[in-house]
This record gives sequence, structure tokens and C-alpha cells, in this order.
Amino acid sequence: MVLDIPADRNVAPRSAVTESPLTRMVLIALALGFLLLFLVLPLLAVFVQAFAKGVDAYFAALALPDSLAAIKLTLLVAAIAVPCNLVFGVAAAWAIAKFEFKGKAFLITLVDLPFSVSPVISGLVYVLLFGSGSLLGPWLTSHGIQILFAVPGIVLATIFVTFPFIARELIPLMQDQGTADEEAALSLGATGWQTFWRVTLPNIRWGLLYGVLLCNARAMGEFGAVSVVSGHIRGLTNTMPLHVEILYNEYNFTGAFAVASLLALLALVTLIMKTLLELRYSRAGSLSTPH
Amino acid sequence: MTTAIATAGWRFRKPSVLPGFGLTLGFSIAYLSLIVLIPLAGVVWRSAELGWAQFWSIATDQRTLNALRMSFGGALVAAMVNVVFGTLVAWVLVRYRFPGKRIFDAMVDLPFALPTAVAGIALTSLYAPNGWIGSLLAPLGIKIAYTPLGVVMAMIFIGLPFVVRTVQPVMEEIDREVEEAAATLGARRLQTVRRVLLPGLAPAILTGFALAFARAVGEYGSVIFIAGNIPYVSEIAPLLIVIRLEEYNYAAATAVATVMLAISFLMLLVINLIQAWSRRRFGYGA
Amino acid sequence: MTLNRRSLFLSAVLAATVQFGAIGFAFADITLLNVSYDPTRELYREFDAAFAAKWKADTGETVTIQTSHAGSGAQARAVIDGLPADVVTLALEADINAIAEKTGKIPADWRGKLPNNNAPYTSTIVFLVRKGNPKAIQDWGDLIKDGVQVITPNPKTSGGARWNFLAAWAWARAQNNGDDAKAQEFVTRLFEHVPVLDTGARGSTNTFAQRGIGDVLLAWENEAFLALDELGPDQFDIIVPSISIRAEPPVALVDGNVDAKGTRKVAQAYLDYLYSQEGQKIAARHYYRPFQTEGVDPADLKRFSDLQLATIEDFGGWKEAQPAYFGDGGIFDQIYTQGR
Repeated sequence: MVLDIPADRNVAPRSAVTESPLTRMVLIALALGFLLLFLVLPLLAVFVQAFAKGVDAYFAALALPDSLAAIKLTLLVAAIAVPCNLVFGVAAAWAIAKFEFKGKAFLITLVDLPFSVSPVISGLVYVLLFGSGSLLGPWLTSHGIQILFAVPGIVLATIFVTFPFIARELIPLMQDQGTADEEAALSLGATGWQTFWRVTLPNIRWGLLYGVLLCNARAMGEFGAVSVVSGHIRGLTNTMPLHVEILYNEYNFTGAFAVASLLALLALVTLIMKTLLELRYSRAGSLSTPH
Repeated sequence: MTTAIATAGWRFRKPSVLPGFGLTLGFSIAYLSLIVLIPLAGVVWRSAELGWAQFWSIATDQRTLNALRMSFGGALVAAMVNVVFGTLVAWVLVRYRFPGKRIFDAMVDLPFALPTAVAGIALTSLYAPNGWIGSLLAPLGIKIAYTPLGVVMAMIFIGLPFVVRTVQPVMEEIDREVEEAAATLGARRLQTVRRVLLPGLAPAILTGFALAFARAVGEYGSVIFIAGNIPYVSEIAPLLIVIRLEEYNYAAATAVATVMLAISFLMLLVINLIQAWSRRRFGYGA
Repeated sequence: MTLNRRSLFLSAVLAATVQFGAIGFAFADITLLNVSYDPTRELYREFDAAFAAKWKADTGETVTIQTSHAGSGAQARAVIDGLPADVVTLALEADINAIAEKTGKIPADWRGKLPNNNAPYTSTIVFLVRKGNPKAIQDWGDLIKDGVQVITPNPKTSGGARWNFLAAWAWARAQNNGDDAKAQEFVTRLFEHVPVLDTGARGSTNTFAQRGIGDVLLAWENEAFLALDELGPDQFDIIVPSISIRAEPPVALVDGNVDAKGTRKVAQAYLDYLYSQEGQKIAARHYYRPFQTEGVDPADLKRFSDLQLATIEDFGGWKEAQPAYFGDGGIFDQIYTQGR
């Protein structure tokens, strides 16, 4: 294991700004052990099943028209839901983190609320709102607008489920950063937008990235809420998670886990995006923030 | 600007030179209302059809109480495990270098991307008596799948990214100079961590805890595969909701949902209030 | 200006959303939506292809059949909430009754509009045991022997599990000369032997087959045969008990929807075709007991063993049985309350 132990061990109070190599090793081992148990093994189980019948079966399962339709739908839904929540997240974090006002904790709690709502219910709320038996239902039917059991319902349920992610990621970060940088920029004559783009945004880039990645991952992976509003029509309203369930229930374990493994590969996207962002900012920001 | 406080009596917000308060707050509240509050109000309104007596009898039914205890108790344990290990994972990922670090870092999001049902199936296949881990534990008499312990395992899995990903960016922003200053002033490493770093991280850790907890309380898809679902023993509250729906009893389903919503809301509110307090007390920024 | 840009963005999103919704159900050719329950996937995949070919040959029209499969109760709720099904092919009469009552899209007297109480095929409940039947399970009475673990889905969430429950009850009632109290005692003891209650039939099958939990799985006959096919005949045996229940998964036309969509003719033909020789042959091939045996492959028929079958009428029909046994506070709930 390669640890970045300072080259010269005689430099005096190393233990004061970092941990001893032994402590590091123990901490790393603990963390990785935990990740192994809770992330690596389940992931491995997915891939083992996906490739249980060989590579050909794996790709054959993905190339089925229904699988492709599910992948397309999932991408479409995420492409609408994530930007919506991105705009909200940044706006909410700005209002909450940069200003002091009454009832802030209450507002944050309302933002948190969708997390604690069971996916079973987050789908149901839209059924209660738009279903045939609801107040809006008859009006929608008479105007030929299909929200439930079609793409709009799936998008709404996804937005609901992923609602707090970006806001929640940004709020603690922006609160920690305070308002000094922005105030300085403003006093030097920058406009509000300039301040946001040039000062705030670079500062929150990591939080924003994590927020978007989480939001996107969850948007693509959501099962329960979408299941309630989808109608499960094969090739039409099945997202990838729903398609996984269908394949699994057809005893097509290879297919089910092949589609699931695609979702797991989203982690690779995370890796690439982080690396890109790191490269970009390490070049641009190397002067201002030496690390 | 922070000193211009409430000498003038009650004021909605402290004055600030930053622009955009009205715009961002207004938009946030409008979006929040449309997507979350109005639809959720529909749930509460639907459960009000029952009348108080009926609502109360559903909410205090022994089976409901057991299911709520399973969901909230399991979520609490899972969130606490996640706080400890999630913070540790974030620390290791931010501060240390080791082979494969980037891959581990990327994998943290996995529990979100993996559909909950797949997560449930994967965990069950690991922890069932004939699974990779379950078969090791079975001779010791330890059962995980199909017991309340299995529920907690699934909840840990789905909540992990919340803690790691809320703590991680704040950790990355920590100015090393603070630690160096503490060290220069003669603080030992453990003291620096406890007295300087942790208070700064506390709000983020608390947020992570709250989110992981909230998420686990409502979880259905992954838990249902590993729980066993025996009434009074390993039955979770969302399953009760599904059961009521199967009876076409929307009012009773929404009643259980309303109880869960109310408890979650209160717990989150308390956590957020503590956090606001701790920020005023220890926070870096303010 | 900032406000404008945002509202522009929002309206674009809204427009896109509404548009996709419209596309969702606009098709050039005729499409039928068959909303069904979980175990019928394989059956309807073959049947839909056969019907589309026949319709093309008869009328020259191309018909696309979309299928939706999930738990029977969840599917009924989706239709109630507006899923535009042309036909429903569900596990339980009670689920179609619910659609009729809550929406009026299906007439209240739907049962009987098609032959055999609207059930083109029937099934029953059998046992799936591990190869060689190591626990020597022959009949319902063996299920409550010491050390036997029984896997069944939750009757509250699974239609198939309700048939399981009633089949067990029917046997115990016959054993005790019609004594319902004794029957309840038996079923209570039976559920003490159930370590896992999955929410659906396939979930239970996977718990039993993949996870290796339990000694016997209570399953639809068609599911048991399918499990042998898919998961390995070398691993499991089917045991047929002395008494079981005649499970009648009903089908119905959703009048309200076919009239709105103008698909009545083809939807009716679709259901009628289920009763045709060809339809019955396909049903039998997929291990459903056909309603009439003429023209059906005798080899397929030979797989169905003769046994004494109780019917839902012995329990007063679904309208009575559903609330009494499976409703809130019903007998199934009491079993778990007493067990404490």
C-alpha cells in the first residue's frame, strides 16, 4: 500500500498536522473494509450474475428492443428531472446559505421532506393528484392529457424523489464558506450575476458536482415511486429499474443483472467527471488555491 | 453586516449586501410548493377522510406501532453506523492516497444508481444462508437475511452516500492552515481533530445523518427482499401502506403515510434546529 | 430579464412534458393494451403474437398488443386511476370487481359475459418441494410437521397467496367435517411454519429456489411447472395434494376505455380468441388448465393431475371471502394477532 508519508521523517511535528502511518493504515483498512462489505460485494454479486451465461448473453440482453427502450426512457427522464432540480438547488442554497432569515430551519426541513417520504407514497401523491378519481383527473381526461402512466408522470415522480439532492449538497457547503468572498466581489463593482458565476460557482464546484451526480444516479435508479405511476407498459413506460424487475421476474437473471450493471456503471461516469473537473480546475485554479 | 441585528425589533431577515434574496427564495418556495407541498397536502387531506377516531385507531394499532418501530428504529441504527463509517470513508478519500482510491470514491454513489430492488436482491443473495457471507455466518448461528438485522443492512447500504457526499465537499474546503495553526500552538493531532476539525464538520455530518435517516425510514424496494416481512416482527411501515392500498383503502394507506410524515418532519426539524444552533456556536463562516 | 429566462425554461420543460405525454398513446395502427398480472407473461407473449397474426389474416389490419404485468391488485389500481387498458386479465375476480365498482368502466354484471365465469383458463395450487422430497411431504397435513418450513407470499399483497390460503382452508375443512374453527386452527399453525412472506408469487419462488429457504413452496400449478422449466427439473419436484382449489383468473373487457378509444371490436375478438381452440391450446402449453380440451395437445393435458378441487363458491364467492378472510381485521390478520 502506497501512503504519502513525508519523505523526511525527521521533520519535527508531523504528527500534529497529520496522522501516524499506522493510524492511517488502520483508518484506510477500516474504511475500505466497510466499503468492501457494503459496496464492492453487492456490486460483485450483480456482475457475477450478469455475466453468469457469458459475455454474449450479456450483450444480447442489452440489445433487446425493450431494454433499449427502457434505457432511452431513463435517459430522457433524467435529462429533464436533473436540470429542474439543479436550478432549484442552486436558488434554494443561495437563499438559505447566504442570508439569515426567520424560519430557515423550517424551510430546510421542508426541502428534506421528500427523502423521508416512502417511495410508495411519492408515487401515490401524483396518483391522488392526477388520477381518474382526483379533482384534476376528469379535466385532464377531457383534454386528452395523459400525465399518469406516461412520461410526464414518471418525470414528476422522479423530480419529487430527487428533489432535495442538489440543494442539500450545497447548503452546508455554502454556509461554511460564508459571504465574505461575495461581499468583496460586490464591493469591487461586480454585478450579482458576475459574483455568482466568477466567485460562488468555482467555490461550490465540488458540492455542485456531487449533488448533480447523486441526483442523476438516484433519478436513473428510482424504482418504487416510478413503479406506481408508470403503468408498466412494456417497451413504452418501463424505465431501466422497472425493466430489471420485469426481467428478474421472468427468471431472466442474466438480462436483469445486465441492465442493472449498466446503472452500476454510472459510477464510472462519476469517475470521469470528477477527473475532468479536477484537471480543469487544477490548471485554472493552481495560482489562487495551492493545495 | 452580521452585527446589524435585531435592535429594531422583529425582522424577517438580517440585512445583507448580497443580491437575489427575493428572487431565489421566491422561486424556491414556488417550486417547493408545486412539486412537494401541494402533492403531500393531498396525502394528508385524503387521510382526513377517516375522521379522528378512525385515524387514531389506525395510528395506534399494535401492528402499525411495531412496523413504525421497525422502520424508525432500523433507520436510526443504520444512520448511526453510516455517520461513523461514512465520515471515516470521506476522511480517507479526502486526506489519504492509496491505490484504487478513485474507484472507491466513484463507487460511493452506487447505492443510488442501483435500483433499490436490485440492491435488495444483491444483498439478499449475499446474506441469505446460502449466500457468500450468509453461508459463513450460518454455522455461527448468525442470521441476517429475513431478520430485522437484514433490514438494517439494507438501510445502511442505501444511506451511505448521503453521509459521505455531504461531508466530503466540506472536508475538501477545510483550510489546512487552521490545522497547521493549531499544531503550531501546540495542539496534539487528536486535539486538533476533536477541537478544530470536528466542530467545523459537525453541521455536514449532522446533515448526512438526517438525510440517511430520512431516506431509510421510507425505504421499501430494497428492504422488502431481505426483511422476511413477518407481521409484528420484520414488517416495515411502507409495507403496511402497500397492504392498505391492496385493499383499495387509500384513506388508511395515507393515514399511515401521514403518521410517518409527521414523525419524520419533527425529527428532521429538531436535527436542523440543532444544526442551526451548532453553526452559530462553532461554524466557520458566520 | 432573469425572470423571463427562467419562465421560458420552465414553459419549455412543461411543453416538452405535455408533448411526450401525448406521444405516449398516439399510434398509427391499432393498439390494444392488455393489463395483466405477473405469471401470465409467457402465456400472453405467445398468445399476442398468434392473435395479431390471425387478426391480420382475417381483416388485413395490423394490431399491436401492449402488455403490462405487475401484481394483480396494483394493476387493478392503475386501471382505476386511469391506465387506459382495453382488456384486463387479472388473478382475482375481486380485482375486476374493484374496477367495476370504482370506475363504472366495466359493467357490474361483467362476470358471465364470457363463458366459464369469464375464466378462459383455470389453475390450482400445488406444492413445489426439493428434489426427492426429503421431508416426505404428500398433503397439507404434512406442512405443519416439526421442522418443515413453508414458503408462500403474503395474502395481503398477492392474489396467488389468497388462493394458497383458501386451498389450505378447504383441505382442513374437509378433514374436520366442515368445521371452520378447526380449519382456522390448522391455517394458523401453517403460518407459524412460514419464515418469509414475500409480496408477490415470483418473489416467493425466488426465495425458495434461489435463496434455498424453506422445504415447500405453495404455488400456482402453472408457476410450479414454469419453475421446473426455468430453474431446473433436477432440483425440484411437484407434489399434488389431495384437495386444492380451483383458481379462476378472470378476464374482462374495459367497456369505458374501448369505447373511448374505438377498439371495442378488436378487444372483444382478442378475448374471444382466448376461448378458441388455438387460444386454449396456447394456454395449456403454458400450464394453464384449458376451459375446453378439444384440439388441445393430449401431452399437455396429461400433465394436469386429477384432484378434488374446492371452488371460491364454497367460501361464499369473492365478494364475501375477500373482506372476511383478507380484509382489514379479517381472519388472516387475526392469525397473526393471535400468534403473539
